[in-house]
Amino acid sequence: MTTNATEAGANYGFHFDQTLCTGCKACQVACKDKHDLPIGVNWRRVVEYTGGSWQTSGHTFTPNVFSYYVSISCNHCENPVCTQVCPTTAMTRRPDGTVYVDDEKCVGCRYCEWACPYSAPQFNAETGHMTKCDLCYDYRETGQDPACVSACPSRALDWGPIEELRAKYGSTNDVAPLPDPRITEPHLVVTPHRDATRWDAGAGRITNPKEI
Amino acid sequence: MTIVADVGLDQERTGTSRRSFLKWSAAAGGTAALVPAVANLGMPEVRAEGATGMAEADRTVWNACLANCQSRCPLRLQVKDGIVVRVLPDSTGSDEMGDFNIRACVRGRAQRERIYSPNRIKRPMKRVGERGGGQWQEISWEEAFDTIASEMKRVKDTYGNEALWYHYGSGSTGGNITKRGTWPRLLNTYGGYLGQFGDYSTAQITAAFPYTYGEWISSNSLEDAQRSQLQVMFGNNPLETRMSGGGELAVVQKVRKDFQVRTIVIDPRYSDTAAIAGDDWVPIRPGTDAALIAGMIHVMVEEGLHDQAFLDKYCVGFDEATLPEGAPANSSYRAYLAGKGTDGIEKTPEWAAEITGVPAARIRKLAREIAAAKPAAITQGWGPQRHATGENSARAIFLLAAVTGNIGIPGGGNGAREGNTTLPVKAFPLFDGEAPPVKTQISCFNWIDAINDGPSMTATKDGVRGKEKLDVGIKLMVVNASNTLINQHNDIHVTQETLRDDSKCEFIVVIDHQWTATCDWGDIVLPSTTNFEEIDLIPGASCGDMGWAIYGDKAIEPVFESKTGYEMCTEIARRLGIEKEFTQGRTQEQWRDWLFEQTREKIPEFPTKEQLAEMGVFRKHSPTGPRVAMKDFRDDPVANPLKTPSGKIEIYSQLLHEMSQKWEFPGERSGDRLTALPEHVDSWEGALEARKSEYPLQCIAHHYKGRTHSSYANLPTMNEAHPQMLWINPVDARARGIENDDEILVRNARGTVKTVARVTPRIAPGVVSLPQGAWYRPNSKGVDEGGCVNTLMKYHPSPLAKGNPGHTALVEVEKVN
Repeated sequence: MTTNATEAGANYGFHFDQTLCTGCKACQVACKDKHDLPIGVNWRRVVEYTGGSWQTSGHTFTPNVFSYYVSISCNHCENPVCTQVCPTTAMTRRPDGTVYVDDEKCVGCRYCEWACPYSAPQFNAETGHMTKCDLCYDYRETGQDPACVSACPSRALDWGPIEELRAKYGSTNDVAPLPDPRITEPHLVVTPHRDATRWDAGAGRITNPKEI
Repeated sequence: MTIVADVGLDQERTGTSRRSFLKWSAAAGGTAALVPAVANLGMPEVRAEGATGMAEADRTVWNACLANCQSRCPLRLQVKDGIVVRVLPDSTGSDEMGDFNIRACVRGRAQRERIYSPNRIKRPMKRVGERGGGQWQEISWEEAFDTIASEMKRVKDTYGNEALWYHYGSGSTGGNITKRGTWPRLLNTYGGYLGQFGDYSTAQITAAFPYTYGEWISSNSLEDAQRSQLQVMFGNNPLETRMSGGGELAVVQKVRKDFQVRTIVIDPRYSDTAAIAGDDWVPIRPGTDAALIAGMIHVMVEEGLHDQAFLDKYCVGFDEATLPEGAPANSSYRAYLAGKGTDGIEKTPEWAAEITGVPAARIRKLAREIAAAKPAAITQGWGPQRHATGENSARAIFLLAAVTGNIGIPGGGNGAREGNTTLPVKAFPLFDGEAPPVKTQISCFNWIDAINDGPSMTATKDGVRGKEKLDVGIKLMVVNASNTLINQHNDIHVTQETLRDDSKCEFIVVIDHQWTATCDWGDIVLPSTTNFEEIDLIPGASCGDMGWAIYGDKAIEPVFESKTGYEMCTEIARRLGIEKEFTQGRTQEQWRDWLFEQTREKIPEFPTKEQLAEMGVFRKHSPTGPRVAMKDFRDDPVANPLKTPSGKIEIYSQLLHEMSQKWEFPGERSGDRLTALPEHVDSWEGALEARKSEYPLQCIAHHYKGRTHSSYANLPTMNEAHPQMLWINPVDARARGIENDDEILVRNARGTVKTVARVTPRIAPGVVSLPQGAWYRPNSKGVDEGGCVNTLMKYHPSPLAKGNPGHTALVEVEKVN
């Protein structure tokens, strides 16, 4: 008995619990395994955000340091700029609110990649087309969780209709180093780490830019 | 907004991201959000139970990830047309303690890449030309078996069984029949081999245990920490080293979420455990834990915060009054603190601050907090002990648990690493009878000396056990599922020079499924199957108080010409005339049936083979609640004495005192020493030497999330997710003109590694960390571009354990121009 979780109007999105994520990237690799993604294409990525300073005195030292992670994929935004800039209408929203790319229409111009503040659409050099997270549409059709969600050893990911997620977890979606959520209105809610700051606070920096 | 427009194929190949993340938080503008009303459709009721993965797969097969992380995750491999096409997580259990859905970490999910890696060894190989010269010839299995059997016979006939050696390794640790590929059983059936004590994970703490507690006694479980007022973790990092979603990571996260137990992490690194599960972080210079503890206990004693009643009743040697008969005056720990011992130095917080880097005020605060928390769960990981003087660090952390009276009570602990409840799944027998036929042992680590000059090794100089001295060196090595011959053994250059001369160790056979740096030094290399190409009954590992077992099913036929260890050993046994003794007339399938029978005798509710094949995983939560270590001893120390000579906790060890008079440390090991108390000893290439060395940075080697030791380190997906790098503090980086992601050289007199810098405040100033396990890849100039830490580490067995000091080394770092 399975539930088909591709209901029209559901507006599915993700919840990410920053207080639990250890940056192990099981989510990223489970996604890669399921979708056969090549090196360089990661529909889900994990950003490390770190900041702080040290005081030293003689041979002693005292830290004031913080660090936390953000696991991020496509946020299936309310206002997906990728669909707006796509010249071929390949990038569209499904009735259930998830954003997907029609491989047959995509010409690989990469405008969507340029426009998305989360770098969600990604170019697959092997196919010449854009690719992106579809919130595991096939799994949802057969009542399964998205691969990343069921992969997380720390249970830091959840998903569902965004209004339900907001009711359950709150509506925070503006922690650094995420972009200003007003740009695309992401279907994402974050339970912030104790040291999380707002997107524009500039308290730390992304330490693993080459991994994302 | 910066966009990187240059999309080169090189970047694609190397996995370097071309995406710009400057835009992440730098993007400005946008419009006010308009949130539309959405019908309440309810949360989807889809959970792991329904997960079936790929609809078009032919079948889905249970097996597990067997690398040596002390987690043990079930995997479901989806197979189509004889090929593994997808890897699914465990589909059983829940998010509740004791019933965890055992979610594999990042490594387990990369199995397809490992199974079909271009590094798979395809057929048996024989070296031609000099050993280590890189010239190889394919040979038949027949020739390989004949050669190995005749070499075993020749070496045994010429030198005796003690010249045979089964090498330490952990590439298949999680298996059962597949654990050691049955090779030790073959060697034992043939009369045995020179044994080893300790292991590369725990050599120093293993050696330390008997002198404090009489034997290895793990602490309370991490699940038990829910009953603690405070958790104190010395170099304990379960969120990175025990990453299973059904293992200790799951337990720590659950305890934190449900019970909010305050947690302090003491570590040179701001580990993920500190960042996510910790409330406070105390950075410390590597190898100085015993000094920090002396400084803290000084505070406790001065302020009367210690548990004197516990020390009086259960311990030996904290005070002069409880010293054993014959101990010199002023040899108690209290005398050591007061400076009345041989060093004449009072162990004030100021003294400790100078050594450890922890300010004296912080030491006082920490001491008061730990002493006040009743109960406190004090644990140590295995980083503090993997040092030049790691035995004393391990014992010092035990001592802190005793001084605070936390031993033997719920919510407390004995300062060792956390314990677990496991199921007594029957292990494949590596020998028949009570004990292996050969009793002589050396340390797992000082086999280099046994190859170079075995007969010079003695009990008092090299820790030889079972004999006063070795009669013969190692002449034949079986190196199975092990990269410890080269990659994982301290000082690769010493190892290479030791192995190059094939008149010393005359024959080396390496068995693996990936061509590692170790394979380069074999005389014959055999391709083994992965565990996904054979069958097993797989025991669980470390997960608080949940024990489990996993059905090991064969997903695919052996890749290329690989064979199972059991088949290889049976063929060799036949040639040695011991096939019947080796197999006991059983096939591998029949051995597994036997393991089920034996296990079901011990655990009546354990499923049958047919049932477990269906269930995949059998799990059982401890019926008696979370593990409390040494409870019997605490309740009644007279009726339940420890196995120490005194029956008590030995803070002062008379045995160690006697050994300190007898053991010899000649030559370059002359600075080493044994101490009766768990005192701080300044070590070679330690925190103090760093201040005057041309190599001023202490280099440690943390366990890395993308690999288990060197297992998985060759996979592109793992190197993309967790690339090799050196952690360096911004203060040290700035002084060297180094910025994040710069290419750098890390060097000392032993070697040079090329890697990239992770400039991060998450590591203490003066300390760098090069995560261990990266594959050794020297260029034509000898610079290791793979970033293997054993290019830098020293071969110098530790004083008591003769173990690997894998976090003790000094280096300098420079930017590549």
